Amino acid sequence: MILLKIGVLALQGDFEKHFSMIRKAGAVPLKIRSIDDLEYIDGLIIPGGESTTIGKLLKRFNLLPHLKEKIGDGLPVFGTCAGMILLAREITGSDQLRIGAMDITVTRNAYGSQVDSFEADVNVPGISAEPVRAVFIRAPIVTDFSPEVKVLARFEDRPVLIRQDKLLASSFHPELTDNDAIHRYFLSMI
Amino acid sequence: MSNTLWSKRQQATWRNKIGLAEMLKGGVIMDVTNAEQAKIAEEAGAVAVMALERVPADIRVQGGVARMSDPKIIKEIKKTVTIPVMAKCRIGHFVEAQILEALGIDYIDESEVLTPADEMYHVYKHDFKIPFVCGCRDLGEALRRIGEGAAMIRTKGEAGSGNVVEAVRHMRTVMDGIRRLKNLPGEELMTEAKNLGAPYELVCEVAETGKLPVPNFSAGGIATPADAALMMQLGAEAVFVGSGIFKSSNPERRAKAIVEAATNFDKPSILAEISEDLGEPMYGIDINQLDEKQKLALRGW
Repeated sequence: MILLKIGVLALQGDFEKHFSMIRKAGAVPLKIRSIDDLEYIDGLIIPGGESTTIGKLLKRFNLLPHLKEKIGDGLPVFGTCAGMILLAREITGSDQLRIGAMDITVTRNAYGSQVDSFEADVNVPGISAEPVRAVFIRAPIVTDFSPEVKVLARFEDRPVLIRQDKLLASSFHPELTDNDAIHRYFLSMI
Repeated sequence: MSNTLWSKRQQATWRNKIGLAEMLKGGVIMDVTNAEQAKIAEEAGAVAVMALERVPADIRVQGGVARMSDPKIIKEIKKTVTIPVMAKCRIGHFVEAQILEALGIDYIDESEVLTPADEMYHVYKHDFKIPFVCGCRDLGEALRRIGEGAAMIRTKGEAGSGNVVEAVRHMRTVMDGIRRLKNLPGEELMTEAKNLGAPYELVCEVAETGKLPVPNFSAGGIATPADAALMMQLGAEAVFVGSGIFKSSNPERRAKAIVEAATNFDKPSILAEISEDLGEPMYGIDINQLDEKQKLALRGW
C-alpha cells in the first residue's frame, strides 16, 4: 500500500501536533517551508499559529503564488484556526496577506482574548459517531459564506467545520486532542 | 449533548492554556514599550508582544524597583495589534497578576526581570484563568514552575545583556536534565525528584516522554538571527527577544530577520542571507563583568 504524503506548512505554529495526527491517521507528514517542498505532496495542512506571521512568511519565501497555483490545480488543503483565516477570501477589517481560496468571511479573535478561549464537545455528523472535543484558542468566527461552502459542524449555531470542494477548514484545533477523526476525513477527501 | 449539536463552553482548561503556547511555536515574541513599537513588531511578523514600560537593558542601567507596567501602556498596545499581548508581573506578586488578568491580556510572564515581590513563594498560577510563562535555569526550576501552574517555560538567560551565553547555559542544563531522566531506572526517580526539588509525578512524566510537559521557549540575551537559530537548534521551540530589537540601530530590519531565522533555524544558507546588513546590534555586556548582585537570573528559585 502506498501511503499518502501530507505536507504541513511549517513556517510557524503548531505544525508538530499535526505531524502526530497525520501519522496516527495513517499517512506520512512532510515539513513545508520552501517551494521545493511543495512537490510530490498529496495534500496540505495549514496549522494553527499566528495568521499574520504565517502570511508574511508565505510572501517572504515566495510560497504564496505557488500555493495559490497548486490549490487552483486541485491540491486538497485543510486549515485549522490560523489556517482557516489564511484560506478565507475576506478577513473582517484586515488587509493581511492570505491565500484566499475559500468563499468565506472570517472575523479574527472573534470570541475575545485568551481568557475567553474554551473547549466544548461538538457533533460532527457523518465524520465521527461520537462528539469531538473542539479546542478554540483566540478563534475566528465564520460570519459569511457562499452557497458552495458546506457546513459540516456548528457550535452555538455558527459554522466551525466547513468544506468547499477540496478545501476543509476548522475554527478549532482537532490537532490538540487525541481524536484523529477529522484528519481521517481530510485523508478521505484526497 | 445527545439532543443538541454542541455542549457548553469550558474555559481556562489546562489544554487551553498550553494550546496558546503551542500556537506561538516557531515564532518570536518581542518586548515593546509603546504602541508604535508594537506596530513595528507586528509588521515584522512577531507572534506576540510583551508590553513593558522599560526594556530589560534600561531596567539594568536605571536600577531601582521594576514593577508591572502602567495598565494604560498595556491597553494602548492591546488596541494597536491583533497578535497576542503578554505582560510581566513581579515574582510572587499575585495582585499584579490579578490586575493583568482583569486587563484581558493573553499571557502573564512572572518575570525575574522585574524586582521580586516575594523571595519565598512564586504565584500559585493554577488559580488564574490566564496562562503563565516562567523562567528557569535548570530542569528542577522548570518543573517547580510547571507544578505551580506555568503553561510555558522559558530559559531565563541574562535579560538586557545582549549576550546569549546564559540562555545557552540554561537551555543546555534543562536539556541535559531531561536526557539524564530518560536514562534513569524507575527506582531512582524519587531520589532524583528529591535532588531536583521537583514534583515526583512531573519527574516521571519527563522520564517517560523525554520532554517538558509544556512548551519550552528561550529568552534572555538573544540579539541576532544567529542567536535565535542557536537557541532553536539547542531545543527551544520559540524565542523571546527583549532589548535585542529596539536597542539595535535598525529595529525593523533586525526584527524581520530574527522572525525569518526562527523559521529557518536549521538552514545556514538562508541564515547567511538574512543576517546580512542589519546595522549595529545592541551593545552587549560580558557576563563575567557583572557581579552576582547584578544578575537577574538569580532572582526566583
